Amino acid sequence: MDGHDIDDRQTRTDLFDVPPEERPSPTSRTERWYRTLDVWVLSPLRVAMTDWRMPVGATILTAFVVLGTVGVRLISAPAVSEAPVYTGAFRGGMGAITSSGGWIDIVSLSLGQTGLTLPWVALSLPLGTDRFGQDLARGLIHGTPAMLKMALAGAVFATGVALLVGTVAGYRGGVIDSVLMTITDIVMTIPALPLIVLLAAVYQPTDPFVIGVLLAIDNWPGLARALRSQVLTIRTESYVEAARAMGLSPATVLRRDVIPQLMPYTLINAANAARAVIFESVALYFLGLLPIGSTFNWGVMMNQAYQAGALSNIDRAGHWLFAPMCLLVVFSFGLIVFSQGLDRVFNPQLRARHSNTVGGDDEMSVPAGE
Amino acid sequence: MQYIVKRTVQAVITLLFVVTISFFLYRLLPGGPVEAMQQQLVQEAMADGGQVNVQRINRMVAVRTGIRPDEPLYQQYLSYMESIVLHQDFGTSIWKNEPVFELLFTAMPWSVFISIYGLLLGFGVNVLLGAVMAYHEGGRFDRAMSVVATITSSVPYYVVAILFLAFLAFEAGLFPTGGRYNPATTPGFNLPFMASVVYHAILPIATGFVVGFGTQALAMRGNSVRVLGEEYIRVAQLRGLGEFRIATRYVTRNAILPLYTSLMVGISSIFSSSIIMEQLYSYPGVGWYTFGALEHRDYPLLMGVFLFFTIVTLLGVLVADLTYGLIDPRANTGDTESY
Repeated sequence: MDGHDIDDRQTRTDLFDVPPEERPSPTSRTERWYRTLDVWVLSPLRVAMTDWRMPVGATILTAFVVLGTVGVRLISAPAVSEAPVYTGAFRGGMGAITSSGGWIDIVSLSLGQTGLTLPWVALSLPLGTDRFGQDLARGLIHGTPAMLKMALAGAVFATGVALLVGTVAGYRGGVIDSVLMTITDIVMTIPALPLIVLLAAVYQPTDPFVIGVLLAIDNWPGLARALRSQVLTIRTESYVEAARAMGLSPATVLRRDVIPQLMPYTLINAANAARAVIFESVALYFLGLLPIGSTFNWGVMMNQAYQAGALSNIDRAGHWLFAPMCLLVVFSFGLIVFSQGLDRVFNPQLRARHSNTVGGDDEMSVPAGE
Repeated sequence: MQYIVKRTVQAVITLLFVVTISFFLYRLLPGGPVEAMQQQLVQEAMADGGQVNVQRINRMVAVRTGIRPDEPLYQQYLSYMESIVLHQDFGTSIWKNEPVFELLFTAMPWSVFISIYGLLLGFGVNVLLGAVMAYHEGGRFDRAMSVVATITSSVPYYVVAILFLAFLAFEAGLFPTGGRYNPATTPGFNLPFMASVVYHAILPIATGFVVGFGTQALAMRGNSVRVLGEEYIRVAQLRGLGEFRIATRYVTRNAILPLYTSLMVGISSIFSSSIIMEQLYSYPGVGWYTFGALEHRDYPLLMGVFLFFTIVTLLGVLVADLTYGLIDPRANTGDTESY
């Protein structure tokens, strides 16, 4: 862009009623890139940072993903009788931080040959051990990947089916709508847990992805209904009618004009579906209704603690039962807070207020060029 | 009127659909119940050293499940349907050796008792709480309760049940750790028995109350905030209507509508959760039988549980549907235009 162009534009902006063919191109490529970046990345981030929900939720979820991917490779799985059985959680309490021994110690870590030393925190059985003398904290970390896989599979399945059923029913209307909504209502009424438990008993699935999908079979009807009613309003918009008048196929109209509008709501609900799947999976493992695989699992840990009489003898085995429970609550809290944060990020009014390129009432206030 | 007929027809369709599902699960799953039972009986016969009589085994399977494995499939399906719909014959439990229908029919009221009270109590409190939060939107109460509701909704109900049991029942000894009533009392219409029934139900009901707590309150808050911004509320205020009338007839009625659907979903989810809850509280309702049936591979009982839960949920949803027409006049409008 040379000086002449800018000059030209500045004089032109004072004029009214410029014929369309003489109107200067309002944005350069850099400006367009900046605008895209601003609308899709920067302003959502700015909205996200105005509230505590998004940072907290994102931090918790990132921590779990890191634990489940990198953590399991760095930290070895616990072995039977590697430590005294029924060691309590947080031995030594807060005093253990300053004194040596107990669950936490400050040690200095030397960095290879460089001669540098760093202060480092050494944890020793922070959450205690179980009846078999296994470190609970490491067991929980090794149970994380399965949880993440189930949550992912369940969320993808539930939102996928809901999106398909909801958009097709809402857009096509008529008989297809009635049939699809009847099916949705039927699935909504069937108490799913007995069915899931029965299928699990017959098929004995152990793959976390399969279990995630199985647990999500009753998770889509609510979202499908909500999406359908949104599509009902979207389909009367003029741009959808224009697309139909142009003779575009329903699949194209759905893909290009309808579904992008539904994505925010769908994403928010995907987080909720993930939480529901996690709740159910831990519950079923806890009751021993799902086949126990070879890997560590939060629900199985709870089941073993429950069988060992953790309820009636809290002092001895309570920490064994409560540790997976606490982790589960933190994980689901992260998912809920994250979805609430997403809700704010996708709120168009909030986003416009935090965007540099999209003005409020004065639409044309584009930031000046270079 | 048309609406009521439509919903009733749909309930019947759902029921037939569920019976069909249970039949196919029974019959067609590879390694499914009928096959498993046949094999089990063959093994038992061989273990006894006796002769394997296929016809006799098929007869035994038929008595227990209501399915005759040697008949053509459509005939099996029809006779299965007939025995369930016309004769309420759900087969015989392998574990308890009693008719499934009678077993579950006596257990059902207990499940409904502890589920419905928790659900209704939770719904009522959530609606009130959400409305109050919306009224003080942005205030200290609203912000504090939003955080509390978010935290409580991230705690699964069975975690609550475990905490209740561990601390209130086992540690403090305030509540019984299981059972439906004190066996020392005589069942019937007398005060000690009824008091003990209530006493044993407090923890399960309190847990059921927690199931929907939080999420519903937040939803109600959101709806109320939206309704409060509507212009008809302003018009009502300008007309000089009383605050109570605006709060009840204008705000609450409109804000509650979306929650009513979630109540319907709640009915089926609370029965689902009763499998876990009744097992934790050792409360012999239908959910408790499910667990036992699974442990003993008692497929007739398991199918019976599935059908029972569906029927009760359908009845609950039907009641909710019929009353929905009363609070939302738009429910009677027809279908959408077809493209």
